[in-house]
Amino acid sequence: MTKAARFVAFFVAIVAGPADWLSTLLRFTRLQRASVISLFALVVFLAPHRLAAQTDCLACHGDKTMQDAAGHSISVDGDKFSASIHGSLQCNNCHADIKQYPHPDHVAKVDCKSCHADEASKLTSSVHSSSKEHPCTSCHGNAHEIFPKTDARSAVYPLNVPKTCGQCHSDGAMASKKGLPSVYPHYMDSIHGFALSKEGLLVAANCQSCHGSHGILSHKDPASPTYKSNIPKTCGTCHAKINDDYQAGAHGHAVASGNLKAPVCTDCHTAHAILQPTESEFRTQSTPICGSCHKDKLSTYRDTFHSQLGSLGGYVETARCWDCHGAHEIYPASDPRSPVSKANLVKTCGRCHTGANLSFVQYQPHANAHDRKLNPALFYVRLFMNLLLASVLTFFVIHTILWLIRSRFDQVRRKSANGGKDA
Amino acid sequence: MPELELEPTETEVKKEASGRFFNRFTREQRYLHAVLFSTFLGLAGTGLPLRFSESIWARGLAGAVGGFGAILFFHKFCALVLSVAFLIHVKEIFTRGIFRREKGIFWGATSMVANWKDAKDIFNHMRWMVGLGPKPEFERYAYWEKFDYWAVFWGMIVIGFSGYAMWFAPFFARFLPGWALNAALVIHSEEGLLAILFIFSIHFVNTHLRPDSFPMDMVIFTGVESEEEFRHKRPQEYARMIREGKLEQRLGTAPAAWFVTGAKVVGFTAIFIGLTLLVLTLTAYFR
Repeated sequence: MTKAARFVAFFVAIVAGPADWLSTLLRFTRLQRASVISLFALVVFLAPHRLAAQTDCLACHGDKTMQDAAGHSISVDGDKFSASIHGSLQCNNCHADIKQYPHPDHVAKVDCKSCHADEASKLTSSVHSSSKEHPCTSCHGNAHEIFPKTDARSAVYPLNVPKTCGQCHSDGAMASKKGLPSVYPHYMDSIHGFALSKEGLLVAANCQSCHGSHGILSHKDPASPTYKSNIPKTCGTCHAKINDDYQAGAHGHAVASGNLKAPVCTDCHTAHAILQPTESEFRTQSTPICGSCHKDKLSTYRDTFHSQLGSLGGYVETARCWDCHGAHEIYPASDPRSPVSKANLVKTCGRCHTGANLSFVQYQPHANAHDRKLNPALFYVRLFMNLLLASVLTFFVIHTILWLIRSRFDQVRRKSANGGKDA
Repeated sequence: MPELELEPTETEVKKEASGRFFNRFTREQRYLHAVLFSTFLGLAGTGLPLRFSESIWARGLAGAVGGFGAILFFHKFCALVLSVAFLIHVKEIFTRGIFRREKGIFWGATSMVANWKDAKDIFNHMRWMVGLGPKPEFERYAYWEKFDYWAVFWGMIVIGFSGYAMWFAPFFARFLPGWALNAALVIHSEEGLLAILFIFSIHFVNTHLRPDSFPMDMVIFTGVESEEEFRHKRPQEYARMIREGKLEQRLGTAPAAWFVTGAKVVGFTAIFIGLTLLVLTLTAYFR
């Protein structure tokens, strides 16, 4: 109360102190006097009272050690609160059930919805609908220290978003206890995570760039930006050119026509642990991904030198699927735009094999030596080699075993002739 | 049954030991074998991880030498060394056989070229193994030794040619059809596998591990063998030498103990590496 008293004394001094102020006032008409006085009264009433409402509460809640009966802190840092986005509000704008002092022991939970109705309604239909498990503060932080999302102090500032979501979506945290995958460490090691944490790139994709913020839906929900058929568009908000390429290609067409088996961005790049595509780790992990659908192509690729040399990581330059077929704008080989169409082969192979000519590109990167119809020459070459191997080894294994037995037999006989001592 | 006539016992052999050693291989031939087996081990050790690149040990082996780039480099290096050795050998043969008109290079008892006696020897040797006849008397090179030689000779041409075709694929594609490049890998890997399986099992046993030579036939390292060994293993050549009065010309000196020890270390290392690779190959093959 002392602060308020000082304020009143200060105003009395200003208004009543200098004589000419008073004489001027006395010379006014009644109406003038009334309006000036009521104007002052308004200023006097409004200005200190707004502050006084916070200060009244802070008189108690400013105490850092203040706790409720259950032992939870109910102290408020007045300085931080007044700096926060809600700093211009009075306490009972939110704590609406508090009308006077002293207030009841139990006060109602603040309902953010009363102002933030849009966000609240989006939240209700989202995966975070339970307000008990996911109160606003679980993402926005301390209710009395909320900053706008453009402010670096905000928990939902782009650079802080992953950490905020990671509180639950990380190893051993709340989400993993509920059977959800831990994604935070994957994201942080990804190219997006690096851009964000190492470069502080504000435009780097963070959690909410793809998942949204209040209206987050399960990836199984067709309305979700992470629903399979929506993913190209979601990634395309930043990677526009690649989305265009993708949409023009065979996979894009398939997905657009409702074939959800066709791959979208995340099938090859993964959702969270996205790697730089030139990294050896990415180059080695992606071939089996293509092969999960194109099984026969993977198995024939496995038989080639490209695969043998490149399958274990150290040698990353050897051709992988997309080195020849393209990555996003994949067309069938019959399409003249495809890098593996007949007209483009010399150029495509020539990217690695300097001097590749028309005969060179007759090489079949997916030849099947066990398919007589498709690759007759190769089939018979393999057959001949297999028969050669089998016959030579069979003959000599029998020959050698018989020889060993006979030699040992003779040796033992020779030795046993010597009284059996050397046998 | 004359074939079951007892051969002299060990003590009798020792009693008869003359202490004389006879030359079998020239220095050049021993060097050739050394280059051959060391590059072959290198080629096998670097080729197998490529052939079975999906297996766990391939990853380990590749990682140990610095990844697949290093493996391929080492493979090509060994291939070049072996190619040079092979060309030197071929040149030597033609020099001796054609320019110097040396006898017994292309035909005759001392030639590597197979003859009618070899066919008979195979038959009779196997009859002996099952106890149906006497042991045939071998000449300078027995049929399995000739087979070893020609298997390697053919193998080097086939594996070498297919290997170079893949190494310089765009160049070879100028005069080979495209499918030949596909075939090159099949041929290279199958023939390589055959060579590895053959050398590390059949050759090891036939030449080194069989009771007559166990644990290792040192003649390819020292170049000389004892008179007893000579007479026992190649009685026909021994008899021919005496008949022609050339036995004394073949007299060599006993190898120094340190040399034999060193050669044994090298030889056993090679056999150990070979057998290890054989086991790895078989596990990968029958995975």
